Amino acid sequence: MANEFSVTRSTEGEITLLALEGFLDAHTAPDFEAAVQQEIDAGHTHLIVDAQELTYISSAGLGVFMGFIEEVREAGGDLKICGLQPSVREVFDLLGFDALFDIEADRASATARFSETPSGGTS
Amino acid sequence: MKTLEQSFSLHVPSSTQNLVMIREFIGRVGEQAGLADGDRNKLELAVDEACCNVIEHAYGNDARKEVTVRAHFDADLLRISVIDTGVGFEPSAVEQPELGELIRQRRHGGLGMRLIQKLMDEVRYEIEPGKKNELTMVKRVRPSE
Repeated sequence: MANEFSVTRSTEGEITLLALEGFLDAHTAPDFEAAVQQEIDAGHTHLIVDAQELTYISSAGLGVFMGFIEEVREAGGDLKICGLQPSVREVFDLLGFDALFDIEADRASATARFSETPSGGTS
Repeated sequence: MKTLEQSFSLHVPSSTQNLVMIREFIGRVGEQAGLADGDRNKLELAVDEACCNVIEHAYGNDARKEVTVRAHFDADLLRISVIDTGVGFEPSAVEQPELGELIRQRRHGGLGMRLIQKLMDEVRYEIEPGKKNELTMVKRVRPSE
Protein backbone atom coordinates (compact mmCIF):
# COMPACT_ATOMS: atom_id res chain seq x y z
CA MET A 1 0.00 0.00 0.00
CA ALA A 2 2.00 2.94 -1.28
CA ASN A 3 1.25 6.64 -1.32
CA GLU A 4 1.18 6.88 -5.08
CA PHE A 5 2.02 10.29 -6.45
CA SER A 6 3.93 11.62 -9.42
CA VAL A 7 4.79 14.93 -11.06
CA THR A 8 5.37 14.95 -14.83
CA ARG A 9 7.04 18.00 -16.34
CA SER A 10 6.64 19.35 -19.86
CA THR A 11 7.05 22.72 -21.54
CA GLU A 12 5.05 24.73 -24.02
CA GLY A 13 6.98 27.83 -25.08
CA GLU A 14 7.86 29.73 -21.91
CA ILE A 15 5.21 27.87 -19.89
CA THR A 16 6.12 24.90 -17.73
CA LEU A 17 3.40 22.33 -17.13
CA LEU A 18 3.52 20.17 -14.03
CA ALA A 19 1.00 17.32 -14.27
CA LEU A 20 0.11 15.78 -10.91
CA GLU A 21 -1.17 12.25 -10.48
CA GLY A 22 -2.36 10.34 -7.42
CA PHE A 23 -2.45 11.38 -3.77
CA LEU A 24 -0.95 14.67 -2.60
CA ASP A 25 -0.63 14.48 1.19
CA ALA A 26 2.00 15.26 3.83
CA HIS A 27 4.05 12.28 2.67
CA THR A 28 4.13 13.20 -1.01
CA ALA A 29 4.01 17.03 -0.78
CA PRO A 30 7.84 17.28 -0.51
CA ASP A 31 8.10 15.78 -4.04
CA PHE A 32 5.77 18.44 -5.42
CA GLU A 33 7.54 21.15 -3.45
CA ALA A 34 10.89 20.07 -4.88
CA ALA A 35 9.48 20.10 -8.42
CA VAL A 36 8.19 23.69 -8.05
CA GLN A 37 11.39 24.85 -6.35
CA GLN A 38 13.42 23.41 -9.22
CA GLU A 39 11.45 25.48 -11.73
CA ILE A 40 11.84 28.68 -9.71
CA ASP A 41 15.57 28.05 -9.30
CA ALA A 42 15.82 27.68 -13.07
CA GLY A 43 14.00 31.00 -13.55
CA HIS A 44 10.81 29.38 -14.86
CA THR A 45 7.92 31.31 -13.34
CA HIS A 46 5.12 30.74 -15.86
CA LEU A 47 3.77 27.60 -14.28
CA ILE A 48 0.61 25.58 -14.83
CA VAL A 49 -0.23 22.74 -12.48
CA ASP A 50 -2.51 20.28 -14.25
CA ALA A 51 -4.40 18.32 -11.59
CA GLN A 52 -6.60 16.27 -13.88
CA GLU A 53 -5.19 13.00 -12.52
CA LEU A 54 -4.95 14.18 -8.92
CA THR A 55 -7.42 12.23 -6.81
CA TYR A 56 -6.69 13.57 -3.31
CA ILE A 57 -5.20 16.65 -1.68
CA SER A 58 -4.67 17.58 1.96
CA SER A 59 -3.50 20.87 3.45
CA ALA A 60 0.14 19.80 3.03
CA GLY A 61 -0.40 19.82 -0.73
CA LEU A 62 -2.28 23.12 -0.64
CA GLY A 63 0.62 24.53 1.35
CA VAL A 64 2.93 24.10 -1.63
CA PHE A 65 0.73 26.40 -3.75
CA MET A 66 0.45 28.83 -0.84
CA GLY A 67 4.15 28.94 -0.10
CA PHE A 68 5.36 29.69 -3.64
CA ILE A 69 2.73 31.92 -5.20
CA GLU A 70 4.12 35.25 -3.92
CA GLU A 71 7.63 34.47 -5.11
CA VAL A 72 6.42 33.42 -8.55
CA ARG A 73 4.22 36.50 -8.98
CA GLU A 74 6.95 38.83 -7.77
CA ALA A 75 9.17 37.41 -10.49
CA GLY A 76 6.52 38.36 -13.06
CA GLY A 77 4.98 34.93 -13.45
CA ASP A 78 2.10 32.98 -11.98
CA LEU A 79 1.22 29.51 -10.79
CA LYS A 80 -2.10 28.65 -12.40
CA ILE A 81 -4.09 25.55 -11.57
CA CYS A 82 -6.28 23.54 -13.95
CA GLY A 83 -8.20 20.30 -14.33
CA LEU A 84 -9.28 19.90 -10.71
CA GLN A 85 -11.62 16.97 -10.08
CA PRO A 86 -14.77 18.00 -8.16
CA SER A 87 -13.74 16.38 -4.85
CA VAL A 88 -10.32 18.07 -5.00
CA ARG A 89 -11.80 21.39 -6.14
CA GLU A 90 -14.07 21.32 -3.09
CA VAL A 91 -11.03 21.40 -0.77
CA PHE A 92 -9.51 24.39 -2.63
CA ASP A 93 -12.83 26.24 -2.43
CA LEU A 94 -13.42 25.41 1.26
CA LEU A 95 -10.28 27.34 2.16
CA GLY A 96 -10.82 30.22 -0.26
CA PHE A 97 -8.13 29.36 -2.83
CA ASP A 98 -10.59 30.18 -5.62
CA ALA A 99 -10.41 33.88 -4.69
CA LEU A 100 -6.61 34.11 -4.63
CA PHE A 101 -5.46 31.67 -7.31
CA ASP A 102 -6.21 31.47 -11.00
CA ILE A 103 -8.04 28.16 -11.27
CA GLU A 104 -8.99 27.17 -14.82
CA ALA A 105 -10.97 24.30 -16.32
CA ASP A 106 -8.21 22.88 -18.49
CA ARG A 107 -4.69 23.38 -19.88
CA ALA A 108 -5.90 25.34 -22.90
CA SER A 109 -7.71 27.96 -20.81
CA ALA A 110 -4.85 28.17 -18.29
CA THR A 111 -2.39 28.70 -21.15
CA ALA A 112 -4.64 31.35 -22.69
CA ARG A 113 -4.82 33.17 -19.34
CA PHE A 114 -1.05 33.70 -19.45
CA SER A 115 -1.42 35.87 -22.53
CA GLU A 116 -4.31 37.80 -20.90
CA THR A 117 -2.92 38.24 -17.37
CA PRO A 118 0.66 36.95 -17.29
CA SER A 119 1.14 37.67 -13.59
CA GLY A 120 -1.23 37.14 -10.70
CA GLY A 121 -4.70 38.31 -11.71
CA THR A 122 -7.64 36.17 -10.81
CA SER A 123 -10.16 38.54 -12.38
CA MET B 1 -33.24 -0.26 10.35
CA LYS B 2 -31.05 1.00 13.20
CA THR B 3 -27.29 0.57 12.87
CA LEU B 4 -25.76 -1.32 15.79
CA GLU B 5 -23.17 0.57 17.80
CA GLN B 6 -19.69 -0.41 16.69
CA SER B 7 -16.18 0.55 17.70
CA PHE B 8 -12.86 0.18 15.88
CA SER B 9 -9.33 1.30 16.58
CA LEU B 10 -6.07 1.55 14.69
CA HIS B 11 -2.57 2.02 16.12
CA VAL B 12 0.18 3.03 13.70
CA PRO B 13 3.76 4.26 13.95
CA SER B 14 3.91 8.06 13.78
CA SER B 15 5.02 8.48 10.15
CA THR B 16 3.41 10.26 7.19
CA GLN B 17 4.00 7.03 5.29
CA ASN B 18 1.05 5.60 7.22
CA LEU B 19 -1.43 8.33 6.28
CA VAL B 20 -2.67 6.24 3.37
CA MET B 21 -3.40 3.34 5.76
CA ILE B 22 -5.21 5.69 8.17
CA ARG B 23 -7.35 7.10 5.34
CA GLU B 24 -8.22 3.62 4.15
CA PHE B 25 -9.22 2.57 7.68
CA ILE B 26 -11.38 5.66 8.11
CA GLY B 27 -12.92 5.21 4.66
CA ARG B 28 -13.97 1.67 5.58
CA VAL B 29 -15.39 2.83 8.91
CA GLY B 30 -17.33 5.61 7.17
CA GLU B 31 -18.68 3.11 4.68
CA GLN B 32 -19.81 0.79 7.45
CA ALA B 33 -21.42 3.70 9.31
CA GLY B 34 -23.42 4.46 6.16
CA LEU B 35 -21.90 7.85 5.32
CA ALA B 36 -22.56 9.24 1.85
CA ASP B 37 -19.51 9.42 -0.47
CA GLY B 38 -19.00 13.18 -0.04
CA ASP B 39 -19.10 12.96 3.75
CA ARG B 40 -16.72 9.98 3.69
CA ASN B 41 -14.20 12.03 1.69
CA LYS B 42 -14.49 14.86 4.22
CA LEU B 43 -14.02 12.44 7.10
CA GLU B 44 -10.88 10.93 5.54
CA LEU B 45 -9.39 14.37 4.97
CA ALA B 46 -10.20 15.60 8.50
CA VAL B 47 -8.60 12.53 10.08
CA ASP B 48 -5.58 12.82 7.75
CA GLU B 49 -5.12 16.43 8.92
CA ALA B 50 -5.49 15.49 12.59
CA CYS B 51 -2.99 12.63 12.32
CA CYS B 52 -0.60 14.78 10.35
CA ASN B 53 -0.60 17.37 13.15
CA VAL B 54 0.21 14.63 15.65
CA ILE B 55 2.99 13.14 13.51
CA GLU B 56 4.66 16.49 12.78
CA HIS B 57 3.94 18.60 15.86
CA ALA B 58 3.14 16.33 18.83
CA TYR B 59 5.77 13.72 17.96
CA GLY B 60 8.20 15.75 15.80
CA ASN B 61 8.28 13.05 13.09
CA ASP B 62 9.51 10.38 15.50
CA ALA B 63 8.32 7.09 13.97
CA ARG B 64 9.00 5.23 17.22
CA LYS B 65 5.90 6.91 18.65
CA GLU B 66 2.38 5.69 18.05
CA VAL B 67 -0.78 7.40 16.81
CA THR B 68 -4.11 5.94 17.88
CA VAL B 69 -7.30 6.44 15.90
CA ARG B 70 -10.56 5.31 17.52
CA ALA B 71 -13.90 5.22 15.77
CA HIS B 72 -17.33 4.70 17.27
CA PHE B 73 -20.65 4.99 15.52
CA ASP B 74 -24.35 4.31 15.83
CA ALA B 75 -27.22 5.12 13.51
CA ASP B 76 -26.91 8.87 14.03
CA LEU B 77 -23.32 9.80 14.82
CA LEU B 78 -19.79 8.81 13.90
CA ARG B 79 -17.18 9.88 16.42
CA ILE B 80 -13.45 9.69 15.67
CA SER B 81 -10.73 10.31 18.25
CA VAL B 82 -7.08 10.85 17.40
CA ILE B 83 -4.92 10.24 20.44
CA ASP B 84 -1.24 10.87 21.16
CA THR B 85 1.03 11.20 24.16
CA GLY B 86 3.33 13.81 22.64
CA VAL B 87 3.77 17.53 23.09
CA GLY B 88 0.42 19.16 23.80
CA PHE B 89 -0.76 22.61 22.84
CA GLU B 90 -3.45 25.11 23.73
CA PRO B 91 -5.89 25.00 20.81
CA SER B 92 -7.35 28.45 21.53
CA ALA B 93 -3.85 29.96 21.44
CA VAL B 94 -3.11 28.70 17.94
CA GLU B 95 -3.30 31.60 15.51
CA GLN B 96 -5.23 30.91 12.36
CA PRO B 97 -4.41 33.71 9.91
CA GLU B 98 -6.53 34.15 6.80
CA LEU B 99 -5.27 32.51 3.60
CA GLY B 100 -4.17 35.88 2.17
CA GLU B 101 -2.00 36.51 5.22
CA LEU B 102 -0.44 33.01 5.06
CA ILE B 103 0.40 33.68 1.41
CA ARG B 104 2.00 37.04 2.24
CA GLN B 105 4.07 35.27 4.92
CA ARG B 106 5.00 32.56 2.36
CA ARG B 107 3.91 29.91 4.81
CA HIS B 108 3.65 26.32 3.64
CA GLY B 109 1.39 25.29 6.51
CA GLY B 110 -1.23 26.56 8.89
CA LEU B 111 -4.44 25.33 7.25
CA GLY B 112 -4.95 21.97 8.98
CA MET B 113 -6.99 22.99 12.03
CA ARG B 114 -9.23 25.27 10.00
CA LEU B 115 -9.84 22.52 7.49
CA ILE B 116 -10.83 20.06 10.23
CA GLN B 117 -13.33 22.59 11.62
CA LYS B 118 -14.85 23.12 8.19
CA LEU B 119 -15.11 19.41 7.41
CA MET B 120 -16.59 18.06 10.63
CA ASP B 121 -19.81 18.80 12.52
CA GLU B 122 -18.12 19.02 15.96
CA VAL B 123 -14.47 19.26 17.02
CA ARG B 124 -13.21 19.01 20.59
CA TYR B 125 -9.69 18.97 22.03
CA GLU B 126 -8.74 17.46 25.39
CA ILE B 127 -5.14 18.20 26.26
CA GLU B 128 -3.56 16.68 29.39
CA PRO B 129 0.04 17.89 29.30
CA GLY B 130 2.51 15.02 29.49
CA LYS B 131 -0.24 12.41 29.59
CA LYS B 132 -2.58 12.38 26.64
CA ASN B 133 -3.88 14.62 23.88
CA GLU B 134 -7.17 13.69 22.31
CA LEU B 135 -8.92 15.32 19.38
CA THR B 136 -12.51 14.16 18.98
CA MET B 137 -14.37 14.85 15.75
CA VAL B 138 -18.01 14.11 15.10
CA LYS B 139 -19.83 13.61 11.81
CA ARG B 140 -23.58 13.17 11.72
CA VAL B 141 -24.65 10.18 9.66
CA ARG B 142 -26.58 11.40 6.61
CA PRO B 143 -26.86 8.42 4.30
CA SER B 144 -26.96 8.79 0.51
CA GLU B 145 -30.40 9.72 -0.81
